[in-house]
Amino acid sequence: MRGRVWKYGDHVNTDVIIPGRYLDDYDVRSMAKHALEDLDPRFARDVAYGDVIVAGRNFGCGSSREQAPLALKHAGVGAVVAISFARIFFRNAVNVGLPVVELDATGMFESGDVALINLEKGIIVNETTGRTGRFEPLPDFLLDILRDGGLVPHTAKRLY
Amino acid sequence: MEAMTFAQKVLSRASGREAFPGEIVSAKIDLAMSHENAALVLRAFNEMGAKEVWDAERMVLLFDHRVPANTIKAAEGHQAVRAFVRAEGLPHFYDLREGICHQVLPEKGHVLPGMLIVGTDSHTTTYGALGAFSTGIGATEMAAVWATGELWMKVPRTFRFHLNGRLDGPVVAKDVILHLIGMMGADGCDYRCVEFVGPVVDAMSISGRMTMCNMSMEMGAKAGVAFPDQRTKDYLKGRTAKEWKPVLSDPEAQVEREIDLDLTGLAPQVAYPHSVDNVKPVEEMAGIPVDQAVIGSCTNGRAEDLLAAERVLHGRKVPDSVRLIVVPASREVYLWALESGVMASLVRAGAVVTNPGCGPCLGAHQGLLAPGERCIATTNRNFRGRMGSPESEVYLASPATVAASALKGQIADPREVIG
Repeated sequence: MRGRVWKYGDHVNTDVIIPGRYLDDYDVRSMAKHALEDLDPRFARDVAYGDVIVAGRNFGCGSSREQAPLALKHAGVGAVVAISFARIFFRNAVNVGLPVVELDATGMFESGDVALINLEKGIIVNETTGRTGRFEPLPDFLLDILRDGGLVPHTAKRLY
Repeated sequence: MEAMTFAQKVLSRASGREAFPGEIVSAKIDLAMSHENAALVLRAFNEMGAKEVWDAERMVLLFDHRVPANTIKAAEGHQAVRAFVRAEGLPHFYDLREGICHQVLPEKGHVLPGMLIVGTDSHTTTYGALGAFSTGIGATEMAAVWATGELWMKVPRTFRFHLNGRLDGPVVAKDVILHLIGMMGADGCDYRCVEFVGPVVDAMSISGRMTMCNMSMEMGAKAGVAFPDQRTKDYLKGRTAKEWKPVLSDPEAQVEREIDLDLTGLAPQVAYPHSVDNVKPVEEMAGIPVDQAVIGSCTNGRAEDLLAAERVLHGRKVPDSVRLIVVPASREVYLWALESGVMASLVRAGAVVTNPGCGPCLGAHQGLLAPGERCIATTNRNFRGRMGSPESEVYLASPATVAASALKGQIADPREVIG
């Protein structure tokens, strides 16, 4: 996958990814419209399909709201790359089919760079600068969930 | 068999094999809780093509985040979940009347020591106060739990906090956990099971232990636990007829980190905006003016919290410049406060009381903040925009500190009000 980078800092929490005031609405288009609104009002307006978020430590900390990865996914985000993730966000992202990458060297990206990611091989390339980074690929059973498009289609396949 | 931690023992039993830290196991869930986001779970459950729930006895559903419904969409969500509860004949459903999930489940006897509990709410860690292994999960994976009763889990390593000494005056569990979060950082206990032991925990009520385990997730913990003792027995007596046995860490079990602290002389603590780990002693920020004060939430909306606030506010008046909002955590707490006279005293002091529920904590309703406004609250998060406008500020503190601040119209040390 390939996309333009949006760079953020540490501890990007689920309240800024999708504020509580919008959580009564389970419509994914409405969630997408408000994604990251309290952190970066430009994001939801300008994000393009396949764009990549690159952030620091503890991405997605806070509430268990699955609307957080859903909002990012339906806004068009192709993957989130961070030094570390809060555990519930990490699970939710995989479960809704939003790829997550744990990468120490997030300093290799600036906003606007183009990132190329190979999830299976654990390789990430900054096409703007030519730098290459490596990361530990997800365990196979999580990659399987992502390949199936999330836990819903994955479980449906197992049940029947 | 090797010596095991509490987390290992619970996950070994639930997965039917010896589980070691770092391993991923498929665990059988003892209890599954969802609130309003059951509507989201339900959608995934139906999309999976699941025909029926795995075990209705092991599911608890309730409404607490938006009660009574604050928007038409919230009402529609409630409606869909009620219809599902009726259709499936789910026996453990609490509609808008009972209060916050993390208060109601223990009160109603659903939580027992040694259980493996998951909930679609990050503060599900609260049930560790009764010696359960309990953690927050997402809505889609909860749908898989409803369908299969199982969930993949990584067996966590353990951090153990030895809390020594004693707490003075109005200093309580909230001050301790804020202090620990400040020390460890917002991701300092990521993925760990956090054990709270020592004289300070022994002397703490179940209510205080709930505050500690509740906010352990604000330093990243997967689960927090205080081990069962006589207080646990007393709490559970009359709430459940079921047999239970405490599950404890073996003394020789491998713990990743042991942290020893002497808490004697700890001052009341406050978390500054906009992160929960931005913690300082109250005297360092005394004098910051506040527009609103909130006492409630799954963190601090229990009887002992309302009583601590009442002790500060008794016979005094909150100035007109401050909106004091009190939200009892449950109907049981609300009735106690009414019958004991504590509620009357709070109302006389100027409090506005709302129905049991999450109240304004997550910024859904019942006390949102305008740009530029400041609120001091007994709640659990102070992220930007958490309680309303992204231009507002939330400070977190204990019930006594929030009450003292309401009284003074500025962040204040409760020790100066009640000595």
